[in-house]
Amino acid sequence: MSVGPAAAPTGLVELTIDGQTVQVPEGSALLQACRARGVATPTVCYAENLTPVNVCRVCVVEVEGSRALVPACSRPVERGMVVHTDSERVRHSRRMVLELLASATDLSLAPEVEEHLRRYGGRPERFGPAAPPTPGADHRHTQAGHHRPTDGSTAATVTQPTLIDNELYVRDYSRCVLCYKCVEACGVDAQNTFAIAVAGRGFEARISTEFGLPLPDSACVYCGNCIGVCPTGALMFRSEHEMRRNGTWDETRQQRTDTICPYCGVGCTLTLHVQDGRIVKVSSPPEHDVAGGHLCIKGRFGWEFVQVLEDPAPASDR
Amino acid sequence: MLWGSNARETHPIFFHHVLRGLRNGARLYAVDPRRTTSAQWAHAWLGLQVGSDIALANAIGREIIAAGLANETFIARATAGFDEYRRCVDRYTLDYAQRETGVPAETIRELAHAYARADRAMICWTLGVTEHHNAVDTVLAIIDLALLTGHVGRYGSGLNPLRGQNNVQGGGDMGALPDRLPGFQHVEDDAARAKFERAWGVRIPPKRGWHLTGMFEAMERGDLTALYVIGENPAQSEADAGRAVRLLGGLGHLVVQDIFLTPTAELAHVVLPAAASWCECEGTVTSSERRVQRVRKALEPPGEARDDITIIRDLARRFGHNWGSPSAEDVWNELRSLSPIHAGMSYRRLEALGGLQWPCHDETHPGEQFLHGRLWEEPLRGPRTPFHAVLHEPPVDPVDDEFPIRLTTGRQLDSFNTGVQSGLYRSPLRHGETLQISPDDGRRYGALDGERVRVRSRRGAVEVSVHYEGTLRPGLAFMTLHFPDEVATNLLTIDAADPRSGTAEFKATAIRIEKIATSTDGAEG
Amino acid sequence: MDIHLSATEASPIERAAVDAALGPRDTRPPPRDRLLPALWAVQSRVGHIGEGALSYICERLDVPPAEAYSVASFYALFSLDPSAGQPLVAHVCDDIACRAAGAEQICARLETALGPPGTPTSDGRATWRRASCLGQCDRAPAALVMAAGSQPIERALAPVDPPALQTALRDGALSPATDAETATLPRIGGASLRLLRRVGRIDPTSLDDYRAHGGYEALRRAVRLGPDGVIREVVDAKLVGRGGAAFPTGRKWEAVAHAAARPHYLVCNADESEPGMFKDRVLMEHDPFAIIEAMTIAGYATGCEQGYVYVRGEYPLAFSRLRNAVAQAQAKGLLGDDVLGRGFRFDIEPRRGAGAYVCGEETALFSSIEGYRGEPRNRPPFPTQSGLFGRPTAVNNVETLVNVLEILREGGPAFAAIGTRDSTGTKLFCVSGRVDRPGVYEVPFGTTLRALLDLAGGLPAGRTLRAVLLGGAAGSVIPPEQVDMPLTFEAARARGVALGSGAVIVFDDTVDLRRILLRVAAFFRDESCGQCVPCRIGTVRQEELLERLVSGRPHSSVRDELALLADIGRAMRDASICGLGQTASTAVESAVRELKLFADGGDT
Repeated sequence: MSVGPAAAPTGLVELTIDGQTVQVPEGSALLQACRARGVATPTVCYAENLTPVNVCRVCVVEVEGSRALVPACSRPVERGMVVHTDSERVRHSRRMVLELLASATDLSLAPEVEEHLRRYGGRPERFGPAAPPTPGADHRHTQAGHHRPTDGSTAATVTQPTLIDNELYVRDYSRCVLCYKCVEACGVDAQNTFAIAVAGRGFEARISTEFGLPLPDSACVYCGNCIGVCPTGALMFRSEHEMRRNGTWDETRQQRTDTICPYCGVGCTLTLHVQDGRIVKVSSPPEHDVAGGHLCIKGRFGWEFVQVLEDPAPASDR
Repeated sequence: MLWGSNARETHPIFFHHVLRGLRNGARLYAVDPRRTTSAQWAHAWLGLQVGSDIALANAIGREIIAAGLANETFIARATAGFDEYRRCVDRYTLDYAQRETGVPAETIRELAHAYARADRAMICWTLGVTEHHNAVDTVLAIIDLALLTGHVGRYGSGLNPLRGQNNVQGGGDMGALPDRLPGFQHVEDDAARAKFERAWGVRIPPKRGWHLTGMFEAMERGDLTALYVIGENPAQSEADAGRAVRLLGGLGHLVVQDIFLTPTAELAHVVLPAAASWCECEGTVTSSERRVQRVRKALEPPGEARDDITIIRDLARRFGHNWGSPSAEDVWNELRSLSPIHAGMSYRRLEALGGLQWPCHDETHPGEQFLHGRLWEEPLRGPRTPFHAVLHEPPVDPVDDEFPIRLTTGRQLDSFNTGVQSGLYRSPLRHGETLQISPDDGRRYGALDGERVRVRSRRGAVEVSVHYEGTLRPGLAFMTLHFPDEVATNLLTIDAADPRSGTAEFKATAIRIEKIATSTDGAEG
Repeated sequence: MDIHLSATEASPIERAAVDAALGPRDTRPPPRDRLLPALWAVQSRVGHIGEGALSYICERLDVPPAEAYSVASFYALFSLDPSAGQPLVAHVCDDIACRAAGAEQICARLETALGPPGTPTSDGRATWRRASCLGQCDRAPAALVMAAGSQPIERALAPVDPPALQTALRDGALSPATDAETATLPRIGGASLRLLRRVGRIDPTSLDDYRAHGGYEALRRAVRLGPDGVIREVVDAKLVGRGGAAFPTGRKWEAVAHAAARPHYLVCNADESEPGMFKDRVLMEHDPFAIIEAMTIAGYATGCEQGYVYVRGEYPLAFSRLRNAVAQAQAKGLLGDDVLGRGFRFDIEPRRGAGAYVCGEETALFSSIEGYRGEPRNRPPFPTQSGLFGRPTAVNNVETLVNVLEILREGGPAFAAIGTRDSTGTKLFCVSGRVDRPGVYEVPFGTTLRALLDLAGGLPAGRTLRAVLLGGAAGSVIPPEQVDMPLTFEAARARGVALGSGAVIVFDDTVDLRRILLRVAAFFRDESCGQCVPCRIGTVRQEELLERLVSGRPHSSVRDELALLADIGRAMRDASICGLGQTASTAVESAVRELKLFADGGDT
């Protein structure tokens, strides 16, 4: 019989959520306690397989005795905490945060976030019409601590041109909610390649390679783990992007089948997304403990050999 | 300890786990002639000379003993042959090892002490250890280190060969070895054979067969005239590819079952188009950590391609046996009835648990995270496990004035083996085959970065572009085998193989770089 | 780490600058926290941080380039664009106090002469930019001029002389001889000054002079009392932090002293970036040894062997004076392995920010020192458990630490007798804007705001008070009828305002307060780190909304707009990670509430 790593025995912590008592293991976050209690808590930047960064603030709850609201995803439970997840104060902040996100970002490929927005009655149009993209605006040359003057008539957005600089990925940062998930997946939580990070600051903060270099000039190794964790479709397989552009992407006609990657002996589970007899995308189930939702370039993209390429052009000739 | 393994590129998701360990305070030592992307994460890189692994391992062993760090209790209770081992390694001093391996004595000492003192320590290796003429000896020398320190049979410790394909382990599980029946039951074990004979109703030849290299030798002798190849491309993957093609082409009958018309298939008399096992068939594969997992059919195979079970069943029918129409699960259940280590792995459990690690003896058994726990049981159950005294021997293909550069081969992140599968997606990382050399060697041999040169070994020559690689030390060159249609690297390599494993010495070839005189650049040449 | 470096090579000059900052190559790369000093080395040598230089820094530090870029692009004083990276840059303050002193006219003049901000001069060697508060409000209007080179010059021009600035930019050079540094000396108080007792009376570059004026007596007393004794005095003094949060210093020190994890760190927060604040600068520039001595006492009491003083990037003189003070103290055995020969080890490393208000937030400050983006962290854990480098950390503001010298001089109970029961001791207030004598004023807690304004000479003749912005951009608007409020933490709390760190910006009836609020809103939009949604987008929406209100073009009705403004403010206050977002709407909302600024707009 196998012996696991020596783990300190964890006790249970009792707390109150929305008037009901709940016991969860010591060290749990409030989010786990909420889920254990069956309280639906919206999240955007939280993922099971990433370290919580608590930046989206959609999951905030009210903890008695705490001046500000606290993020459920990362606040550890404490004995005797009294938590309110649906007070007017909580609903207000959640609604505002979602409205602010929706007013600045294209959420049309983020159905979960849009669902949260509906649930909290968000009306992002309250901030006025979306500002048209500024021609020639180049984030790369934004100096921290400075911004273009506004007359307030329109609501600034993160709209910018879609980046297509390689055969595998498309980056459409007009959809980016800056949840940091891609940075974490590229960094210490999975791939440790650090090809991207958050650059600049404030509203001009953006996901970027060094100096905004195209991906082929960066450290990127195309593991696609950033795509795997992106909640808004800002990062996408190029194949999906092109099918969407051509109007052929149809998730209702897609089946998902779990199998094992054909490359190397690690045994990562692949979820094949198949539409009309063709693989159109590959993902990895986060709950599977071999790969934890992450893959390498071969597993993520190396499946074309089982189907005839429509355009059999070789890879970029760089 | 990563020994002869660039897991960062060849087992990227395994390396995620290594990196998590590093963040939690683990130490990593990398033994590799190249300062690979894996080695760049290590606390120390031991950049040994190609093929000097046994000298290094024995010196580590000697230092552990000399420093009084050997686990004497474990050695006394669970091992045999220690005294002979100690005598054998006695002359592998740190100074000797430094001369033979090129690794500073102090670094070897640091590794020996770190490994011996660690609460838990693991050695993982890949083809850098096994693609040598003395591969089995090298593996035994590494195993000796684990026996010396007791880093085996316990959680977080052990010896891990990292498998290069998704079902290398599974092939072994199923008995695709010259001397084994399914479940690693020995073909020369009468009782085991009798069990299979009863179940299958046939007589099983009571002696081991040939491994791959043995088969080629038999072809050379004329003892082997017919070959059935399933899912292999030996015309390109064998060392000394020129010889392999000649022998395959000279067979009386060659059958190739593959998803592609590979160069091997092009030589065949009969080609059986197969379905891709991982997405066009149902079944299981076994990973490096002995985890049996389900593969599932997501696509219809193209054209006349059929899955392996159907092809083999029909072949049996032509031979006069009616096997019915077994599903993958039927085949699996037959295996479970004959292989005790797989007995508890029903499809239902594999689905529910996302895989199980063998041995798994019955349907209540959770599988085993690691093997050899018996070595720690009190009293010891089963035989003592032996030390093996092995001696360092340099590679077969010597580096000399005529062939002054040591070429080693390997894999890169985005590609896989001969590129049959990985060559068809549009990897932005793929830049084709190059001869990677250090900038110093480039200057010494007058080969410019990007220049097309001829690389010659004692067996053959290829033309390839030079790529300066700062992580290579002078005297060492690197090529992959991913682009055989473009540059047939294996025309250079030597087919000297380990007599026991049959694996050829892909990792150690002596080469020289020759200028290519052309009309346009002849003036420079 | 298998990092991927840029193909662009650093120039020999850039390499030399980086090597000078990082020292010779060793077997292991220098620690990550050397990143900010290395970036500064390149910025001050060539005026911008290019791809080659960044790549070389990354190679030396084993830091991935995308991460180094993410850090460099966080700071306003770094330029990453070679085309905008002129060696000489004038950062012209157009923030609250300078605006009240005519900053817009200076900017207009520069714009006419040189073009919009960021335009290079004809020889491409210089440019000008607008800047948030430079901490020179007592000498407004101000500019900070930074000239890169082998002998970089960084100097505040305050008050700025527009023709001289224009000449300097045109000539692409700033002569060191034209240094018109005018000390901000206390003009009131004389013998009753405590925290300011030495300011303007000693040579701030001389350790001997500091000792001749009572320097290092407090440390000797501290060593006699022992660490617990020191903490007891600080607890008895009821000293609370002067950085704005007013947390009891003694309790903080106790927590760090008793924390099991080692090592402990001491951090002096000298990132004084609140618009309207300059008291810490005055202390650092004119009494730097006092800060070194006080840090040594704090380190002794809390079991820290290493201290950092993090000075805002816009304070070059304060930084160089502190560096000089540290070097002298080290040379005399007052810092190092055996302080005072009493067998305890304590040393200090001055660190320099690079233009980010949020780094005054203590956890953001830790991230910045560590070589990461200055993004605040969630609490818990609190710094006393997990602060700098994840270790127990005592972090104190400059003024707080200088108070410790007073406590040791006269004892905790005597200190506690000054001020009020809950606000003990004296407080430094930075009075700026439309008063006769702007400057730092030291008064006992409990002094009224009116008395403070009187000390500063009151308003210019013939002007009437319109409002006081108490606490800076993150503070609250005090209407004229409330100027009799006593300046104590408890009185401020009772009124629902915060004393903050002591900024008092005075506006008379000539100032367009709505424009001031717009500047406050723009400030928070510029200074938000961008990490959390309520602050990142909320500060943008707040500015847009104010623009609509000020220009009289609301989307719907003024009432609806004000309701939306309140909604935004509430979410920022409730849901932001740190104090920046939580207070980004305080001034705006208090102005709307107290002054009814937009009440006359009616429906449109």
